[in-house]
Amino acid sequence: MKRFFAQAYLWLLLAILYAPILIIAIFSFTEAKVLGNWTGFSTKLYTSLFTGGVHHSLLSAIENTLIIAIVAAAISTVLGSIAAIGIHNLRGHKRIVMNTLNNIPMLNPDIITGISLFLLFVSVGITQGFATVILAHVIFCTPYVVLCVLPRLQQMNSDIYEAALDLGATPMQAIYKVLIPEIKPGMISGFILAFTLSIDDFAVTIFTIGTGGLETLSTYIYADARKGGLTPELRPLSTIIFVTVLVLLITINVRSQRANKKKKALGK
Amino acid sequence: MGESNFIIELSHISKSYADKTVLDDVSLYVKKGEFVTILGPSGCGKTTLLKILAGFGTATSGEIKIAGADITDVPPHLRPVNTVFQRYALFPHLNVYDNIAFGLKLKKVKQDEIDARVRKALKMVGMTDYEWRDVNSLSGGQQQRVAIARAIINRPQVLLLDEPLAALDLKMRKDMQMELKDMHKTLGITFVYVTHDQEEALTLSDTIVVMSEGKVQQIGTPTDIYNEPVNSFVADFIGESNILNGEMVRDRVVKFMGSEFECVDEGFGENTPVDVVIRPEDVYIMAHTDSGMFDGVVQSCIFKGVHYEMTVLTPNGYEIMIQDYNAFEVGQQVSMIIKPSDIHVMHKERVCNTFEGKMIDATHVEILGTQFLCSEQPNVVEGESVKVDVAFGKVELMDNKEDGQQVGDVRFILYKGDHYHLTVRTAEGENIYVDTTDVWDDGDIVGIKIQPEDIVIRRA
Repeated sequence: MKRFFAQAYLWLLLAILYAPILIIAIFSFTEAKVLGNWTGFSTKLYTSLFTGGVHHSLLSAIENTLIIAIVAAAISTVLGSIAAIGIHNLRGHKRIVMNTLNNIPMLNPDIITGISLFLLFVSVGITQGFATVILAHVIFCTPYVVLCVLPRLQQMNSDIYEAALDLGATPMQAIYKVLIPEIKPGMISGFILAFTLSIDDFAVTIFTIGTGGLETLSTYIYADARKGGLTPELRPLSTIIFVTVLVLLITINVRSQRANKKKKALGK
Repeated sequence: MGESNFIIELSHISKSYADKTVLDDVSLYVKKGEFVTILGPSGCGKTTLLKILAGFGTATSGEIKIAGADITDVPPHLRPVNTVFQRYALFPHLNVYDNIAFGLKLKKVKQDEIDARVRKALKMVGMTDYEWRDVNSLSGGQQQRVAIARAIINRPQVLLLDEPLAALDLKMRKDMQMELKDMHKTLGITFVYVTHDQEEALTLSDTIVVMSEGKVQQIGTPTDIYNEPVNSFVADFIGESNILNGEMVRDRVVKFMGSEFECVDEGFGENTPVDVVIRPEDVYIMAHTDSGMFDGVVQSCIFKGVHYEMTVLTPNGYEIMIQDYNAFEVGQQVSMIIKPSDIHVMHKERVCNTFEGKMIDATHVEILGTQFLCSEQPNVVEGESVKVDVAFGKVELMDNKEDGQQVGDVRFILYKGDHYHLTVRTAEGENIYVDTTDVWDDGDIVGIKIQPEDIVIRRA
């Protein structure tokens, strides 16, 4: 009996958590303009999403979102990895300070980050647009990359960098040939995390996107909802994004699990 | 001896972090093809010295030459040395072949030559046919073999080994010791080996450098170091020994444990305080007889595989450690004989604590960074520099550090048969030497107290 209630509770929780996304996914396979009307199974919304025309602005918003996500994730992976190496080589007190400084931006509410960046760009006189959005995304993604790479560095045998130098590698060669291969899994996880964070972001984006007509997915949906009623094509789009993120998350988890297994196998 | 005889010349190397001195004026000259072991307890600076040789650390002062060329400021990748690390430090993302070929690939050696040399190096370390194995799948011993192959394939002038066998189990360690010695003979490369294992050092080396507290204590062949230790630290660290306070009565006669013994040492002068070292295997033990040199009662007897290790208490309260093939029962009356040539007499480094001090007023003196009350001195000028003597036995140590006038930590403990001789390092970094019958542990934080009447002030 106890077991039954425990199970029921779990399923109830999961149902509440996933009901909204499930409803969107289900209603993405019908043609009705208003969410909640079922007018029979159809994949028309999926096809019309990608055939452009009316939805030209939606497609360009998707394109912008992906470009911003890839560029921002790439830059923050590079910056974050370098920062992680730096933090790893600090000793004692300094290292704790840097770790805390790295964690603060992650805890800071997005809306504050957004407003402060907006004020910064305005006061420095940078025209807002593509560049400022990417810059802003790099800023809030980098700490997460640092957090992904640091554990890899801590697991690493600290002598291997010196071993590479000893065998005749210049400091740069030692980083390329030994250090980076060692932290690569952390860098990949960091990149994926930065990518999903960037796609997802609204609060920071809306403050840094400017008034030049640039739209990302999140700002497009926001504007669309305010105009009155959501465009029906957003239902298949949300579904696609959800599935993509799900796949990425599973990839990260499987990767880290494999790494753990490998570590355990080495341990014995 | 011409300069060219030495492959490594370390001159006056010192290294300090902030206010901590790790290496204090270390000089070391190594001949080509020698197997040199740097031996010392952890924290003696031996690994720091090796890192300076490899180029991973820089000396605060001093000069390093290899094969006559000054490499003091040369970065590690340009030095003609290679290192075998304690924790192997193999590259986990590369297989055995790529690990070993790492150095040659960087030097852009031709592929077929790399192939041949990797195969040769693997054969040398007894790992033929392991080329394509994942290094993570190898055992500790195998990983260390790969690490050695990875270093020697570059044909360095000097091979540095940083406690390479410390992580291996006893049996594997013994096997590897023999292989390293063979390898050294075959390759003709100079080996500089760092270890804290005195047995390993005695087995492997042509020359042993004993270090302690950042200083070289003694350099010599294993036999020299074992048979003629220069001070009580070396005697205590290398092998087992009985170290006792003694007095050189005259040439060839030394007094310790309350009686006079014949010895072979000369030139110490008359009635000079000395340290006497006797190896436990050099004491002959027998059932009680009148022909013994001194008597005692067996306190403990432990079987050590080949021999028995016994402690014997003499009537005047000295404990002597003895190793013998015959066992004597606990409580049994025994007699002992020591041959004159087995009594090693050494100069004492000091006979009492001597500090640089400053008079504060007639009854206060500043030593060890603190004011101490002292007996009244006539005509004191404030700030007058003085020398202060305190006998070893007059320094009190307290459990509670707040009870002392100064705080220190116990650095080195020497058992002298009937008491302990401790080296205590104060917070200011000065050493104070203490004789006590209380038992303290290495690293204990203690309060230090000296009674006013025990502070002997010497004024200029």
